[in-house]
Amino acid sequence: MFELLGIPPQALFGQLLLGLINGSFYALLSLGLAVIFGLLNIINFSHGAQYMMGAFFAWMGLTYLGIPYWGALILVPIAVGATGVLLERLMISRLYHLDHLYGLLLTFGLALILQGLFRNQFGVSGLPYSIPSQLSGGQNLGFMFLPNYRAWVVLASLVVCFGTWFAIERTRLGAYLRAATENPTLVGAFGINVPRMITLTYGFGVALAAFAGVLAAPIYSVNPNMGADLIIVVFAVVVIGGMGSILGAILTGFGLGIVEGLTKVFYPEASSVAIFVIMAIVLLVKPAGLFGRAA
Amino acid sequence: MNFKTLTLAGLAAMLMAGSAMAVDIKLGVLNDRSGIYADLSGEGSVVAARMAIEDFDAAGKGINVEVISADHQNKPDVASTIARQWYDEEGVDVIVDVPTSSAALAVNEITREKGKIFLNSGAASTDLTGAQCAPGTAHWTYDTYALANGTGKAMVDSGYKNWYFLTADYAFGHSLEENTAKVVEASGGTVVGSVRHPFPGTDFSSFLLQAQASGADVIGLANAGGDTVNSIKQAAEFGITQAGQALAGLLIFITDVHALGLETAQGLVLTEAFYWDLNDDTRAWSERFSAEMGGSKPTMVHAGVYSAVTHYLKGVEASGDKATEGVMDWMKSNPSSDPVFGEGELRADGRHIHDMYLFQVKTPDESTGEWDYYKLLATIPAEAAFRPLEDGGCALVE
Repeated sequence: MFELLGIPPQALFGQLLLGLINGSFYALLSLGLAVIFGLLNIINFSHGAQYMMGAFFAWMGLTYLGIPYWGALILVPIAVGATGVLLERLMISRLYHLDHLYGLLLTFGLALILQGLFRNQFGVSGLPYSIPSQLSGGQNLGFMFLPNYRAWVVLASLVVCFGTWFAIERTRLGAYLRAATENPTLVGAFGINVPRMITLTYGFGVALAAFAGVLAAPIYSVNPNMGADLIIVVFAVVVIGGMGSILGAILTGFGLGIVEGLTKVFYPEASSVAIFVIMAIVLLVKPAGLFGRAA
Repeated sequence: MNFKTLTLAGLAAMLMAGSAMAVDIKLGVLNDRSGIYADLSGEGSVVAARMAIEDFDAAGKGINVEVISADHQNKPDVASTIARQWYDEEGVDVIVDVPTSSAALAVNEITREKGKIFLNSGAASTDLTGAQCAPGTAHWTYDTYALANGTGKAMVDSGYKNWYFLTADYAFGHSLEENTAKVVEASGGTVVGSVRHPFPGTDFSSFLLQAQASGADVIGLANAGGDTVNSIKQAAEFGITQAGQALAGLLIFITDVHALGLETAQGLVLTEAFYWDLNDDTRAWSERFSAEMGGSKPTMVHAGVYSAVTHYLKGVEASGDKATEGVMDWMKSNPSSDPVFGEGELRADGRHIHDMYLFQVKTPDESTGEWDYYKLLATIPAEAAFRPLEDGGCALVE
């Protein structure tokens, strides 16, 4: 039988597609991180916990308030984003004049607290959250069975990722935002409320994490550790893409999902470290990351 | 006899009554308190240990037990550091629970070195009572042999002959895969392949598709906790079970079924040492446990901690002190009996023997309420459930 790289082409295509699906989570999450780092210079270590909150809020919305998946997809990012706004106003905004490290420590501590709170309340086994009925079932593509829901995940994350990229790189609002990070005093002098813009940007980054959390809820079990498991990988993605580069985060997110998917076929035991090996190589060759601008 | 002598004599008598048996024991519950096994062991094991101490009326019998606990994070190096510190600096006499086979094997070695007692409930590796058996180690609740023998044999007997394994890549997964493969082959089945996934994992779809491509009748899940939950969830999502392949969860706890929901978990066949709804005793005990644990029912690991600590305390009472050799000798030469496991015995190799049960997860229609999850398919008698004494290669068995 015709084989490609030692495995049947059907299996290979299947794995590539799965890699793309996982990559869409990496892309969404690293995008949020890149937006926050690129525009606020904050290394947001609580991003994983905010992703986890997204999934939990979706579950709570359904269980306690009867809000279905589609409602959660819109309401949960707004709600979690609002907690982000509050967080930025109360704590993070006090750290801008300090070293990066303080922001990292603060958000890391917050992540631990959030995880602890959810763990105490809900345990670690996870909570069931069903795939919405409109998206249950799947398509037989010949080389693999593609669940409708996973196709939706890829589509939704592509739209959100490129929408965000467009808003920041190609619109007037995005231009203000980029200008404000370069020279806040000057932009403020034009009558633009820079602190509010920064606050909303953080809220938006957090909302992106929550959006990914809602997308993840029906696939992975909703549990307090789901963000902690993912965040290290996502940080590696951001570093490889180039800290703060929006496009870099999106493209490396999808790309590394695919690389990881292929590792799962050829040498499954190494699939959890493949991304870190790539990170080490990239940092050696191009310390600013693939799409990063050298400082 | 004047008043003074009388008082002194009375005082002495009271002191002697008090000190007829004054043993101070420090019991350390070492398990996962934050990771993927925290619900199936974690704080529940501490609660179960305390319940055993209260039910035994240890304080009334002059045995003062202090319970401490720590999180080993499922890491063997963390587990050994804590165990060493507990034995050397904190005066811990007995370590209890220790899920995650790699961590349990590490604690086993340190316990042997220090001549202490290790009552394991949460780990599954048969090595604990085989090649690495130790004089102070009792392996209480279940092991990979019993799981394989229960679920593996039942599946082959119902016609699922060709197996593909999805295995967690550490000591426990390897041991479970190896034991199940032996049972499958001995029962007339074949193993067509296996894939080892990093522990803990999140996305199992790649591995599941490889399993599907193998064309096996059944995918054996040689993993546990959150890994098993996600594997089962994703197998349903990718239509693997609908397409005719069966899933065999080789180690599934009731907390996993709770996390999956009956819609996804229904029909799974699994092996357990304990279920809260077995009889009046288990129901009464589980109700007390639930009251302390915010409503969740005990797993077999929790029940095992209770049973093991109970038998250990009986051993301390009978031997009058906490010296390892005397207590272990008593524990091994006397049958165990408690409301959760019923009758059992502790073998020379440290394996605790009791009945195991083969359950099937109910459909949502069959379930009559919260935590009503299992129907009993078969009771596997103690002698048939566990690896025969002579097959383990334990040096303690003459």
